[in-house]
Amino acid sequence: MGFEGIGAAVKRKEDGRFLAGRGNYVDDINRPGQVYAYFKRSDRPHARILRVDTAAAASAPGVVAVYTGADFAADGIGGLPCGWQIHSKDGSPMAEPPHPVLAQGKVRHVGDPVVAVLAETRQQAKDAAELIEIDYEDLPGTASVLDALKPGAAVVHDEAPGNVCYDWQIGDKAAVDAAFAGAARVVKLDLTNNRLVPNAMEPRAAIGECDIAGNYTLYTTSQNPHVIRLLMGAFVLHIPEHQLRVVAPDVGGGFGSKIYHYAEEALVTWAAGKLKRPVKWTAERSESFMSDAHGRDHVSTAEMALDAEGHFLALKVSTLANMGAYLSTFAPAVPTYLYATLLAGVYKTPVIYAEVKAVFTNTVPVDAYRGAGRPEATFLLERLVDAIAHDTGIDRIELRRRNFIPANAFPYQTPVALQYDSGDYETTLAAALKAADHTGFPARRQAAAAQGKLRGIGISTYLEACGIAPSAVAGALGARAGLYEVANVRVNPTGSVTVFTGTHSHGQGHETTFAQVVAEQLGVPVSQVDVVHGDTARIPFGMGTYGSRSIAVGGSALVKAMDKIIAKGKRIAAHLLEASVDDIEFKDGKFSVAGTDKSKTFGEIALTAYVPHNYPIEELEPGLDETAFYDPKNFTFPGGCHVAEVEIDRETGVVRVVNFTAVDDIGRVINPMIVEGQVHGGVAQGIGQALLEQAGYDDGGQIVSGSFMDYTMPRADNVPNIHVGTESTLCTHNPLGVKGVGEVGAIGSPPAVINAIVNALEAYGVRHLDMPATSQKIWSILQAGAPRMAAE
Amino acid sequence: MYDFTYHRPTSVADAVALLGSDADAKALAGGQTFIPVLKQRLNKPSKVVDLAGLGLAGISLSGNALVIGATTRHAAVAASADVRRAIPGLAALAGGIGDNQVRHRGTIGGSLANNDPAACYPAAVLALGATIVTNKRSIAADDYFQGMFTTALEPGEIITSVSFPLPVEKSAYAKFNQPASRFALVGVFVAKGPAGVRVAVTGAGQNGVFRQKAMEAALAASWSPDAVAGIKTSAADLNSDIHGSAEYRAHLITVMAKRAIAAAG
Ligand SMILES: Cc1cc2nc3c(=O)[nH]c(=O)nc-3n(C[C@H](O)[C@H](O)[C@H](O)COP(=O)(O)OP(=O)(O)OC[C@H]3O[C@@H](n4cnc5c(N)ncnc54)[C@H](O)[C@@H]3O)c2cc1C
Repeated sequence: MGFEGIGAAVKRKEDGRFLAGRGNYVDDINRPGQVYAYFKRSDRPHARILRVDTAAAASAPGVVAVYTGADFAADGIGGLPCGWQIHSKDGSPMAEPPHPVLAQGKVRHVGDPVVAVLAETRQQAKDAAELIEIDYEDLPGTASVLDALKPGAAVVHDEAPGNVCYDWQIGDKAAVDAAFAGAARVVKLDLTNNRLVPNAMEPRAAIGECDIAGNYTLYTTSQNPHVIRLLMGAFVLHIPEHQLRVVAPDVGGGFGSKIYHYAEEALVTWAAGKLKRPVKWTAERSESFMSDAHGRDHVSTAEMALDAEGHFLALKVSTLANMGAYLSTFAPAVPTYLYATLLAGVYKTPVIYAEVKAVFTNTVPVDAYRGAGRPEATFLLERLVDAIAHDTGIDRIELRRRNFIPANAFPYQTPVALQYDSGDYETTLAAALKAADHTGFPARRQAAAAQGKLRGIGISTYLEACGIAPSAVAGALGARAGLYEVANVRVNPTGSVTVFTGTHSHGQGHETTFAQVVAEQLGVPVSQVDVVHGDTARIPFGMGTYGSRSIAVGGSALVKAMDKIIAKGKRIAAHLLEASVDDIEFKDGKFSVAGTDKSKTFGEIALTAYVPHNYPIEELEPGLDETAFYDPKNFTFPGGCHVAEVEIDRETGVVRVVNFTAVDDIGRVINPMIVEGQVHGGVAQGIGQALLEQAGYDDGGQIVSGSFMDYTMPRADNVPNIHVGTESTLCTHNPLGVKGVGEVGAIGSPPAVINAIVNALEAYGVRHLDMPATSQKIWSILQAGAPRMAAE
Repeated sequence: MYDFTYHRPTSVADAVALLGSDADAKALAGGQTFIPVLKQRLNKPSKVVDLAGLGLAGISLSGNALVIGATTRHAAVAASADVRRAIPGLAALAGGIGDNQVRHRGTIGGSLANNDPAACYPAAVLALGATIVTNKRSIAADDYFQGMFTTALEPGEIITSVSFPLPVEKSAYAKFNQPASRFALVGVFVAKGPAGVRVAVTGAGQNGVFRQKAMEAALAASWSPDAVAGIKTSAADLNSDIHGSAEYRAHLITVMAKRAIAAAG
């Protein structure tokens, strides 16, 4: 065994089964006697349901049951809850209209489920669904926040007149106004953040089951099974927790979209209870496009007040955030506490004011998607900084340096609630510029020009916040759940270790990283550590995986539980070695008496704990099994610098990212190979957002990019080789010093790419460009703007 | 998909009989278009007649024609030494269709029967003046393509092969991908051979593949990218969608034509 502890590039333990096709995903699970659910969904953006006739479907071959919204109403089932409550400027709570499991009265977006058909086979369920007759009265619909706010716009929910969910603010408006009044200069930028479809490789799926005693099991594609148990059990179906088991086995990617509690989960569980037969549903890809929560979709205005030297004096931001047709589980938190609190970024802007209006439209609900609020904040800020450089003539890099929070200023209190614990933005910037050979860029630009290509370089110096915490603060801000994490460490009698974690791995490699943390701390080889997640019946509790929280919060809980194991082990060792507990040291998997060669291995202590023949039984329980709940003191704050270099084909407008460098400060690195993979994936998604992806709706709310034929996912040839570097400062408030790496790639990269494109197009007088920078968009710019170069 | 009966005849005559027996019988070749259509329940065939057993796959080179059997896969066309030598532009075109999986299932006959307005093969077939051979007749390319998803094929008629006249002096295809599907947003095939100098455009036209005759005339006079650089295509009859306006497509026709001519040498 080579070194396998913290910092080792251990190969991922889980990949063996994934590569061999032996993963165990929800759709791989089949329960005896199961029936199949198929959802008849709305094909209209907005319509009143006049009549639903399911008689023919109900008597079709193989059909076991047909359910509509009326069945849920009759059962007294309210609907899907929202996990976060925001209050508006005036103190009033957000509009929180009902979100029925199956539509009642109206459909509000294409994809809204109206009828569920359950049959012996999937085919029969689909056949029967075709016999359902629904009479609709079409209503005008809206897709964009701007349209939904216009006077006279169609109202999505009667509970939200004017389609406003909340009108929220943060920061000191008076101080900001005063700073603007005295500013030497103000730079303003209007920008949008494009709506994205998450598109996890594995579509969502769920199987509900109920035994004769009323014990339920739900197998579901979830990032957080305990949260689903809490939300669905307590708030939707009223099933007590001891009678509801939620299992999220192998999950093939989530990116946020599998955090939320969805209607299909509630339906299969509820129906399983009615029928006493397992009920299975697996989404088809086209259903995923219209029912998985989408991401982003902001329209914003940003203004920075500056002094004569380009120092940032005050920032004012106004954002309209699209919520879609219903509030998804954490939707209200995304454009508020995960967005506006990030608007200081890496800069010492002394005062900031932001207002955010959340708006209902006739579109798929929008919620957290890889980065969740931070990509929106970062895009706004890093585009604004480049616009300031453009308008003032100050070099982009110099402008950033002039405004950086210096490395000696931590802990640093921002004007928008957050307190950063550590960071060193100058170091990540310098390392990234060096790795990207920034000084060699003019030569590369010239070489490209000789080939008829426009070449540009762009940077983004970003900051984000992970591991949303602490619970008390989140609660004060509107969270309806705690945000701690749980680890149970079970040392088996022979010294191998089973870790039960409340976090969930759906591609991140926790089975390896968590095992490495155990190897580091307990000296047990990675092969002797099993990491169990995703089952409420096996794991005490947990909040799951999102917001890059797993290692920062879950890893901390793991360390705390191991601390208890070591403390108990020391007492056992003291007994065996006839020494005082205070003299026992634990190092490299051995308990020894300080200053002597007397020692016991970790395995010997484990065996003694379970075979307590020679044991301090009067004062110590047998066994070696400890649990810790860890509630973090603060967020963690990864940051860094991304550098993108692009080339534009002048004839076609096609943009290619030719170089990409990411230097991130993610705190302590547990597994550098996994870190690289996480950054690669995130950057690929960021390039996708910047160049290719757009969840398209027409004005009335019809989906115009409802499949991969029209929705452009980035592919391997859209993504260059990515140079990944890390420059770490340690998190000061968690035991591992870790910050989190799951989202940095998707947060830092989009503005770097757009800044590079704007740089490439500088001769065309381009100051800003919204995403995605499609070839057609670039071509229009090239057509319209006579290049200054040509005249020279 | 809906239920259907599956048939795998071993002769063209049997296949034609099966297809003729029922108005809702449909032929299946590589399934790259047809199977997704079935999965989405957009078609409800009574019988699916698989053409794979008819022995129609294969490439043969005679003195004055390159003949490609209808069920020849795109990958086979791309890899064929005969095709690469005789009509390099055709081999390159086949090698750029879809992805590896699609190229190892999709067939030339299926592509031509389907006549997707964004498909690649129609551009080559039209530009090279090929002949579509069916179970009952030969159809000149100029007569075969009749608009989006519409061809001269009659119900139940089976393409058996495609014959490309030789010698082809110059051939090349330049494709601008629709970014999501990677079909042709605009594809231009240029050729100089027995059918003369021809420029065929796919992806752009509202009525499917078409010839750009102004470019043909210019190239007949002088075969060079510069000859077509100033020739614009009217946007009036071109497609417009979220990936490209008619004007953008019109512009790309000229760019792709120039690139194809440069590639053809
Ligand atoms: C992801 C993807 C990407 C693609 N990209 C491209 C691309 O870039 N360029 C491109 O040109 N194409 C592309 N295609 C289409 C591909 O080339 C298919 O091969 C083609 O559309 C149909 O050929 P097939 O053999 O699969 O036919 P099938 O799907 O089996 O059949 C298509 C139709 O033709 C009929 N048919 C088939 N063979 C015959 C015959 N011999 N006689 C009469 N009728 C027949 C069938 O009845 C059916 O109606 C792509 C497809 C996919 C799935």
